[in-house]
Amino acid sequence: MNQLAIKELLYKIADDQLILGHRNSEWTGFGPMLEEDIAFSSMAQDKVGHSYAIYQILNKLGEQEPDTVAFMRNANQFHNSQLVELPNCEYDFSLIRHFLYDTAEIIRFEMLSQSTYEPIAELSRKIKGELKYHTLHANTWIKKLGNATEESISRLQNSLEKALPYALGLFEESPYEKELTAEGIFEGEASLEKRWRQKVEELLNQTQLQLPDWNSVSPVIGGRLGKHTEHLQPLLDEMSEVFRIDPGAEW
Amino acid sequence: MRFSKTDILTLLEDVKDPEIPVLSLVDLGVITDVVIAGETVHVEMTPTFVGCPALDYMKQEVIEKLQSSGIVNPTVNISFKEPWNSDKISEKGKAALKQFGLAPPPSTHLFTDIEVLEHVPCPRCEGVNTELKNPFGPTLCRSIHYCNDCREAFEQFKPVS
Repeated sequence: MNQLAIKELLYKIADDQLILGHRNSEWTGFGPMLEEDIAFSSMAQDKVGHSYAIYQILNKLGEQEPDTVAFMRNANQFHNSQLVELPNCEYDFSLIRHFLYDTAEIIRFEMLSQSTYEPIAELSRKIKGELKYHTLHANTWIKKLGNATEESISRLQNSLEKALPYALGLFEESPYEKELTAEGIFEGEASLEKRWRQKVEELLNQTQLQLPDWNSVSPVIGGRLGKHTEHLQPLLDEMSEVFRIDPGAEW
Repeated sequence: MRFSKTDILTLLEDVKDPEIPVLSLVDLGVITDVVIAGETVHVEMTPTFVGCPALDYMKQEVIEKLQSSGIVNPTVNISFKEPWNSDKISEKGKAALKQFGLAPPPSTHLFTDIEVLEHVPCPRCEGVNTELKNPFGPTLCRSIHYCNDCREAFEQFKPVS
């Protein structure tokens, strides 16, 4: 199998999970109510755990130890989409991003559970079950607040319009799309995006939010190639601050 | 080897989930295989949730238990070959959960929609006049519910398929 293609695929998924996991953890202690504090903290724990499991697969493929990979790279070595590195902003933006991201992520892991690359197929069969709780959480709140008050609807609408170009960046194609599909490793970003759009439309149709015409939204890409916003490096500095004091420490 | 696979599983009955001390790892369903070859014992384990922070601790407990029973150099491997789902909790395990005050998970074939979490039977009164408060709880594997009859909150071990 094409190892370069597999590594590229695994890095972008793991980096997305790690960075969004970290953003979610920033809600710990600050959630708008206790239940939401717990929900974002739990999803953070899940996502960081998923990234760790994928970095372990990468480690077996000859990459560095998971901790080194997570804490010692600089922003331009990360392959996450720009969507996940954006600051949490207010709760409405975090919620919209969570909905757009997790809707894509559960489909991605469903697709990968059929992968011919067995290590990621096995892990994905497990992860997709856990992600049901993340999409349930997102869908419940988008439906609730997307039909509640004038303020909640307009806030979500603004956040939706802000997040959508970045969300489309999730599907930035890999230089190895052909190899991945030909070898049955992954069905491809285009196919994922198609299914994602359908799910997003289906859910938003149950709310008073207006989905802009897809053709009017231009994707913000570059994240997969190490091009990031000014927000990623400060996040990494904070996340790795303790680790970098003594990278060889035994915990 | 003086131990059979059954003997090893019986020994491992003593190793409990660190957060639910009434539930053994065997009843929790995270021990997926025991392989005995000559004088060595190899245990296959899988986590309930990928991000479970107790996994390394449980792995260490298994090793220590086997060592203290006279097994030299036992090994434990974590894998997702046989992924955990909540149906892997044994009947004995489900009864222990209930007695501990945690609602056991419904069978995963009933967990087709999140609606089944809306009226989880209360572990105290068994009534279904309950509501889901939060699909996330104090640990990754638990959700929070409220019983309108007992007027008390309770937790459920989440179904995961």
